[in-house]
Amino acid sequence: MAVQPAMPRSWRRESKPHKFCPGCGHGIALKALGQAIDELGIQDRVVFGCDIGCSLLTWDFFNVDTVQTHHGRTTPVMTGIKRANPNLICIAYMGDGGGYAIGAQHLVNAAGRNEKITVILVNNTQYAMTGGQMAPTTLPGQKTETTPYGRDVELTGFPTQGPEMVAAITPEGAYVARGTVSKIRQLQKMYVRALLNQIEGRGFSFVETLATCPTNWRTNAEKTWAFLEKQMPEYFRVGELKVPLTTEGAEEA
Amino acid sequence: MAGVPVPGDKRVFMTGNEVVAYAAVAARADIMYGYPITPQNEVMHYWTRLAPKYEKRFLQTEDELSAGFTTIGGVMAGRKAFTATAGPGNVLMQEPMAMAEMMRLPVVVVIMQRGGPSTATVIYSQQEVILTTFGGNGEGFRIVYSTATHQELYDYTIKAFNTAWRYRFPVFLLADGYQAKMREPLTIYDPLERGIELIAPEAYLGRPGTPGVDRPPGHFRNTYSTEEELYEVLQGHVREYERIWREVEEYESLGTEDTDLLIIAHGVVARAAKQAVEYLRGEGLKVGYFRPVTLRPMPVDALREAVSRTKRFMVVESAYGQLSKLVRDALYGLAVEMVPLYKPGVGVTPEEIMARSRELIVKGES
Repeated sequence: MAVQPAMPRSWRRESKPHKFCPGCGHGIALKALGQAIDELGIQDRVVFGCDIGCSLLTWDFFNVDTVQTHHGRTTPVMTGIKRANPNLICIAYMGDGGGYAIGAQHLVNAAGRNEKITVILVNNTQYAMTGGQMAPTTLPGQKTETTPYGRDVELTGFPTQGPEMVAAITPEGAYVARGTVSKIRQLQKMYVRALLNQIEGRGFSFVETLATCPTNWRTNAEKTWAFLEKQMPEYFRVGELKVPLTTEGAEEA
Repeated sequence: MAGVPVPGDKRVFMTGNEVVAYAAVAARADIMYGYPITPQNEVMHYWTRLAPKYEKRFLQTEDELSAGFTTIGGVMAGRKAFTATAGPGNVLMQEPMAMAEMMRLPVVVVIMQRGGPSTATVIYSQQEVILTTFGGNGEGFRIVYSTATHQELYDYTIKAFNTAWRYRFPVFLLADGYQAKMREPLTIYDPLERGIELIAPEAYLGRPGTPGVDRPPGHFRNTYSTEEELYEVLQGHVREYERIWREVEEYESLGTEDTDLLIIAHGVVARAAKQAVEYLRGEGLKVGYFRPVTLRPMPVDALREAVSRTKRFMVVESAYGQLSKLVRDALYGLAVEMVPLYKPGVGVTPEEIMARSRELIVKGES
């Protein structure tokens, strides 16, 4: 029986250990993504694009061609690449600020055009790289550096429902899901389906990924896990929201 | 590959926007990404009509940020990609162009200047000179051609793609609303038939082989962790930009040997300036003309030489001193009087230039 490799084959060993904080969810999300790339055997065709924020730390993460872009602009860069060379498999990797705030117009329009790209958006409820400010995804009452008394929904609204929005505005053929780093097998399956949706040319694919940030949440291991598994799902329902008919049955939440 | 719209040379009577679209096809551009803004819209209109016939592509994006960043994606995929914009669109375009400058990506951007600041007019100006030459949070590592005629729009559109892919700096074709919308005769041609080499694009991403197995992965970034790391990268850019400076710089001049007055202008205003100088010289006045064709890099040596042979010079532009800033920077240390003729956001006629020139020469000691 083969031993499970410690790292996905598509990871770049020379850039490990990676640069994320202890307890960060990015490492798990990127492991699931690496395994999905390995499973599909597409390492030679993938172009990985990373945004600004903690996601930029992935610029040398994989043994795949990679471009690190500007804040919010990974979606159009990947769109431009895909339109110019449809043979490539384009993955836009970003945080919640990049996708839902500064780059929201790109996400909305790429989704509306059903661009044949895959967007993976890591939701850790705040801007982590800049020191923990409120993001569109910050939970009501959650303390951040710009909501030191807790997010007041009267003043700043409720957490953005990203996959719900993308599911609503994409045409048929799009794949939309919300996974979590607490369920890595399910997450990996979502990434595989999202990538297959692009490979088979059906349409846009989008996986929001709930992730941890103990550094900015200021939580210990137990509280970190509780926030991810108990508090975040109160606003962010995990599961597949939109699955093209050609894809096998939907994943249970 | 599909050919060009017109085999052989052909005289045509076209608007400038149409000229740019035809020239981009002739340059074997592969894909245009664009967002509507006046006065450049017809570049997209003609491109979208020509594109399917010549196996070219087009994407209408959600804004100019996206137009610029998709163009970056296009060149990184190894295609000759371009976009066109103006005014407030040029402002947004500076964000992607900063990335192109940092990563030395061969994007081509056509600018049809309109009135500014803000929305201003959709008509005409030369008020995007500083923005186009030094926009973004960078150092102006870019090449900017300022065209004056429709023939130049055709020639320099073709040249812009070659310059971009040869030197790997972003290249701007800086024109204006007059050139965009005006109709003018010119000769269009297939550059290959004329023996003009077209530099082939190369893919940054998706080259053959598995990264990390058959070849190193292409890891392209614009972020650096330390000052020293960034400094080293930028020193490379500086050396390369200074190395190519004199290969790239272009200018046009007339009668600059020994003058009482030298008139400096660029773009469509240079046509008025040149006509005025030709007329005044016919009257026996010692007037010269200098026009930088490249605003970045500025033809510094030629400009300094021309200015060092004149008693005073006049900068004429449809802006409030933008060309003048670039010129004065190039002339630092020369003690020659400068006279401005600034008409921000409006055109300049040869008659105005002649009238002001006569005043200056009569008033002067010559």
